[in-house]
Amino acid sequence: MSQETLDLIISKVNNALDEEVLVVKPPETDEEAEGEKEEKEEIEETAKLNFGKPMIILDSEKWSMDLAKMLRDDPQLHFDFLQCVTGVDYDEHMEVVYNLYSTEKKHYLYVKVKTPRETPSVVSVTPVWRAADYMEREIFDLLGIEFPGHWNLKRILLQDEWEGHPLRKDYITDKKALGLD
Amino acid sequence: MAIKTETMTLNMGPQHPSTHGVFRLVVDVDGETIKRVEPVMGYLHRGSEKLAERFVYTQFIPYTDRLDYMNAMTNNYVYCAAVEKLLEWEIPERAEYLRVITMELNRIASHLVWWGTYLLDIGALSPFLYAFRDRDHCLDLLNEISGARMTFNYMRIGGVKWDSPDGWIDRVKEKVKVLRENINEYDTLVTGNEIFQSRTIGVGKLTKEQILDWGISGPLARASGLKMDIRKDEPYSIYDRFDFDIPTQEEGDVYARYKVRIAELYESLKIIEQACEQIPEGDIITKKGKRIMMIKPPAGEAYTRAEASKGEIGVYAISNGKNKPYRIKLRRPSFVNVAILQELLIGKNIQDLVAIFGSLDIVLGEVDA
Amino acid sequence: MDLLFMAIYAVAVLGGLLGAVTYAILFERKVIGYMQIRTGPNRYGPWGMFQTIADVMKLLMKEDIIPAQADRKIFVLAPVVAFAPAFMVFAVISWSENLYAADLNIGVLYFLGVSSMTMLGVLMGGWSSNNKYSLLGAIRGVSQMISYELPLVLSVLGIVILVGSLNLRDIVFFQQDVGLWFIILQFPAFIIYMISAIAELNRSPFDLPEAESELVSGYHTEYSGFRYAFYMLAEYTYAIAIAAFATTLFFGGWLGPAFLPGIVWFLLKMCLFMFVWFWLRATLPRARVENLMQFCWKVLIPLALLNIVVTAIIKVWMGW
Repeated sequence: MSQETLDLIISKVNNALDEEVLVVKPPETDEEAEGEKEEKEEIEETAKLNFGKPMIILDSEKWSMDLAKMLRDDPQLHFDFLQCVTGVDYDEHMEVVYNLYSTEKKHYLYVKVKTPRETPSVVSVTPVWRAADYMEREIFDLLGIEFPGHWNLKRILLQDEWEGHPLRKDYITDKKALGLD
Repeated sequence: MAIKTETMTLNMGPQHPSTHGVFRLVVDVDGETIKRVEPVMGYLHRGSEKLAERFVYTQFIPYTDRLDYMNAMTNNYVYCAAVEKLLEWEIPERAEYLRVITMELNRIASHLVWWGTYLLDIGALSPFLYAFRDRDHCLDLLNEISGARMTFNYMRIGGVKWDSPDGWIDRVKEKVKVLRENINEYDTLVTGNEIFQSRTIGVGKLTKEQILDWGISGPLARASGLKMDIRKDEPYSIYDRFDFDIPTQEEGDVYARYKVRIAELYESLKIIEQACEQIPEGDIITKKGKRIMMIKPPAGEAYTRAEASKGEIGVYAISNGKNKPYRIKLRRPSFVNVAILQELLIGKNIQDLVAIFGSLDIVLGEVDA
Repeated sequence: MDLLFMAIYAVAVLGGLLGAVTYAILFERKVIGYMQIRTGPNRYGPWGMFQTIADVMKLLMKEDIIPAQADRKIFVLAPVVAFAPAFMVFAVISWSENLYAADLNIGVLYFLGVSSMTMLGVLMGGWSSNNKYSLLGAIRGVSQMISYELPLVLSVLGIVILVGSLNLRDIVFFQQDVGLWFIILQFPAFIIYMISAIAELNRSPFDLPEAESELVSGYHTEYSGFRYAFYMLAEYTYAIAIAAFATTLFFGGWLGPAFLPGIVWFLLKMCLFMFVWFWLRATLPRARVENLMQFCWKVLIPLALLNIVVTAIIKVWMGW
C-alpha cells in the first residue's frame, strides 16, 4: 500500500517537474549488482519509505507552490491536510519537513525540502494550506528560514527585538542576558 | 447629519478573564463589531524544543507535561511513543493498558475543565464548580497512580513508571459510574437551556473546507462533520481493541463543538470500562527502558501523532544515534487551532468573540511551548 | 418639627439600608454557595456573619486610585450620582401601615422618575474612566436600562388604572379592600415587571454591562476601594428599592396574617424577591445582546401595552 503510494507520488512529482528529480535506490537483491553499487551510492536517495510512510526529498529550487497545489488537488494524491511543518538545522544545510495527510485516501507523505544554510529560503505554502501560517512563522522565528510568499512573516513566539534564532545549532545561549548566571 | 465615528483598538489580554492565560488579541472594533483581529502570543514561551536537545531522552518527559497541562498524559504518551518508534521497541501489555486508562481519564478531566470554564465564559457561574468537582475525581485517581495531580511525568520510554496501586482498577470502575451519572446530570441541566442555545447555535461556524485548510483537528473538526480521530484512523497504542464511536456533528458551530465534547466524555468512559476489564498482569516497562542513559535510538526520524483532547498532537523526532535527541518538534494542536481566529472573528461582536474563543479550547502552555 | 422627623427618618433608613445591604450580600453569597455545592463565606463570625463587614473594611482602607487619564470630577461624582437616586426612592416606600416618610400622591411617578436617574451614574462612571472596557460597559448599560425602563413603567400602569391613584399606600389599601393581591389580578404585568427589573438592575442573566468574562468588570473596571464600595452599595440599594416597590405593587405591601407585624411581612416578601434574583444568577448563562434588545422591544413592550388595554377594558366593563 505504502510502496504503491510512493511509486505514484514519484511518478506524479517527476511528471510535474519534467525531470527525474526523485530517485529510488533499487533494492539490493543479488551479488551481481555489486559492481554497479558503488556508482549508485553517489546518487543521493531522494524517495524512500520512512517507517512505512513515503518520504520525498527535494531541493528548495524544485519545491514550488505549483507542486504543493498538485499534491493537494491531484485526485489520486489529494493531500488535503497539512499535519506538521518542522524546521531542522543540520550543520551543512537546513531542512523544512512537511507532513501531509489525506483525509480521504488515508495516506501520508513526508516532504523534505533542503535549503542552503547561508540563505535559507523555502517557498511558503500558506496559499495552499493555511495551516502553514503559524507553523512557518514559528520556524522563521526559531530557525530563521525565510518563507517567500507568506503574507505575514514575523516573529511569533519571541519578542520582535530578539536577536538570533534559538533552534540553530550554533546559537549561543547568553545566560547573563537571561539572568541565569 | 452624519455622526463621525472611528474604530477603536481594543487590547484583549494578556491579562483578561476570558483568555485563560497570557494570550493577547488585538481587535479593532467598530462599536462592538470586530473589524480586524491579531492574536499575539509567546508570553509563556519556554523554548521547550530547544531544551529537548540538551537532555537525554527520558529527561524531556516532564517538559511535555507543561505543554498542555490540562491533558498531560497524552503529551507524555506521544513523546514516549515517538522515541519508541525510532527504537522499534515492543511495549508490555499491562503498560499499554495503563497508558490508555490514564490518557482517557485525563481526557475526561480536560473536557470537564473546558465545559466548566466555557460556561463561565458565557456567564453561567455554577457549572464551573460542578465540573471541577468531577475533574477532581479523575485527578485523584491519576494522583494515586502517578504521584502528581496535573504534571504527571508518568510514562517512560518503554512503558510506564509506576504500577497501579492495590485496588486502583476497582476504584476507577467505581468512579466511572459516578462520572457517568454526573455527566448525565450536567447534560440535562445545560444542553437544553434556551439562553445557552441562543448564545451558541449558529455562532462561529466552521465549514469542512476551512477545517482542512487551516489544519484544524480534534473536537473542532469533528463538530464540522469530519470523522477524524487518530484513535480510529491510525490506531496507536491498543486503541484498536476497544469498541467506541467517534461522535460527530454536522453544523460546525459552537453548539456542535459542545455536543461533540459531551459525547466524547461518554466514549472515554466506555474505553476506560473496557480497559479495566481487559487489563492483564505483567511487566510495566521493558528491561531496556529502565537504563535511561543508554536509550540511544538509531539515526532516523519519524513523525508520531496521537489524539489529545484539543486535537492532533504530534512529535517529529530526529535522532543521530546519540543519547540526546537531535531535534524534537512538537506539533501542538492549540497552536495550530488558534490561527483560525484571524478569519473566524471578523464581523462578530465582543460577546461572540468570547463564546468562539472559548469554544476552541486552547491552553496557553501549549500555544507558546 | 417635621423637618427634624424627616432627618431622623432618613438617617434611620440609611443606617438600616447599610445593614440590609451588608446582609443582602452575605445572603447572596450563601445562596449561591449552597447552589454551587460549597458553603460560601464561613470564616468571619458565626455562619460568616461578619464577612461583608470585613470586606467593606478592606475596601475602605485601600488606597484611593484615580486613573491619571480619567476625567477627575465626573469620576469622583459618578458613584454618588448612582447611589443618590437609589436612596431617594425610599421616601415613598411605606414599610407598614404607619411607618412611611411621605404619603405622596404621585408616589409611583416619583419612584419611576427618580430611579431612572441611576443610569446617569453608570454613564458617567463608564465615560469618565477613559477605559475602553468601561466605555463599552457603559454603552451597553445605558442602552439596556433605557430600553427596559419602558416595559417596567408600562407594566405598572395596569395597576394604576385599576386603583385610580398613583399613591403607593392607596395601592396597598386597594389590595386590602379587594382581598386579592395584584400578582393575581395583574399576573402578566408581574412577569413583565420581574424581567424588566432584572435588566434594569443589570443582574444575571442580563448582566451584560458588567459581563466579567467579556468586559473585565464593565463600567466600574477602574474603580477600586471606597468608590467601588459605593458602586456596590448603589447597586444593592437599588435592588432593595426595586424589591420594595414590587412588594408594594404586587404582593400587597405590609398585608399579611396578623400574627406578625406588617413590617416583617414586608421584609419577608422583599427577601423572596431577592432570593429569586440570586437563584437566577446561579442558574443561567448570560443572554445575547441582540436577544436582550429584541426581547424588550418586540415582546415585552407589546405585551405590556396589551395588558394596559385589556385592563382598561375590564375596568370599564366591570364598572370599578
